[in-house]
Amino acid sequence: MVIEALVFYVFAAIAVLCGVMVISARNPVHSVLYLILAFFNAAGLFVLQGAEFLAMLLVIVYVGAVAVLFLFVVMMLDVDVKKLRSGVVRYMGIGMTLGAVLFAEMVVAIGYWYFTPEKLGIPEKVSATPAISDAHNTEALGNLIYTNYVYLFQGAGMVLLVAMVGAIVLTLREREGVKRQRIAKQVAQPSAEEVKVVKVQTGGGI
Amino acid sequence: MEELLREYLPILIFLGLAIILSVVMIFGSMLLARQKPDSEKVSAYECGFEAFDDARTRFDVRFYLVTLLFIIFDLEVAFLFPWAVSLGNIGLFGFWSMVVFLGILTIGFAYEWKKGALEWE
Repeated sequence: MVIEALVFYVFAAIAVLCGVMVISARNPVHSVLYLILAFFNAAGLFVLQGAEFLAMLLVIVYVGAVAVLFLFVVMMLDVDVKKLRSGVVRYMGIGMTLGAVLFAEMVVAIGYWYFTPEKLGIPEKVSATPAISDAHNTEALGNLIYTNYVYLFQGAGMVLLVAMVGAIVLTLREREGVKRQRIAKQVAQPSAEEVKVVKVQTGGGI
Repeated sequence: MEELLREYLPILIFLGLAIILSVVMIFGSMLLARQKPDSEKVSAYECGFEAFDDARTRFDVRFYLVTLLFIIFDLEVAFLFPWAVSLGNIGLFGFWSMVVFLGILTIGFAYEWKKGALEWE
């Protein structure tokens, strides 16, 4: 599978390059656009792994909605880039530490899957999802989310509800002096109050 | 796995063609067209006079609210896809768990409708 390997390296390389560009681009709007390209490449990598549903989710949710939100935030905050740049050296230490911790965690997680179970004598883990050759990714997820993980699923619904209410409470404010169209009031207005029939004399006028 | 990736081959070809075409169009015009830039040609143009101020002004926060509500319903729709695919396997319980999920979000929808968050003044 030469093509598969080639496509993987192309997607991975572009994703990493985009990640670098996100933090080094001068214009924050350009940063968001690079982030979108990184999302697309990650979606390509997901497809290569057989995780179709996650790839589509990445495109629909992250590219379609979250990236737009980022753009709005960038526009709304009116970021001063020069001021941000001045803190790069100061935050370098913290950033490096966080990156190292994340890398160590990934090494531990991948190493655990790589070396267990035979080598450590731990009984073999039973994977919850069937192999990718048996069922499609979307179907395998659907078989589990709504039945085995129903509490988490309903919890996700609650989190979305809280997010919705929170967004409205934080950002919605009534503006004074705005003339709105109230359709219900318009329709309910009786014609007797508004229309008057006048008998006009010929040649007399009103 | 193999056949899954084979189904995505047309998309890969399409992607490659799109990249090639856009690169050809940009660099072709850059190479073939005669270019004599001067300071008047490359400066920002706003109906014949100098630009008044920066185009990057602050956005109204209402745009943000609309996007946030869109994301939430986007996620709701995303949950519907695997449910629709495997509805035959998960039985009545799976069906009703989705109905409850939709019911929770419908409460939020009714709330935002009553609060007037969907209206644009």
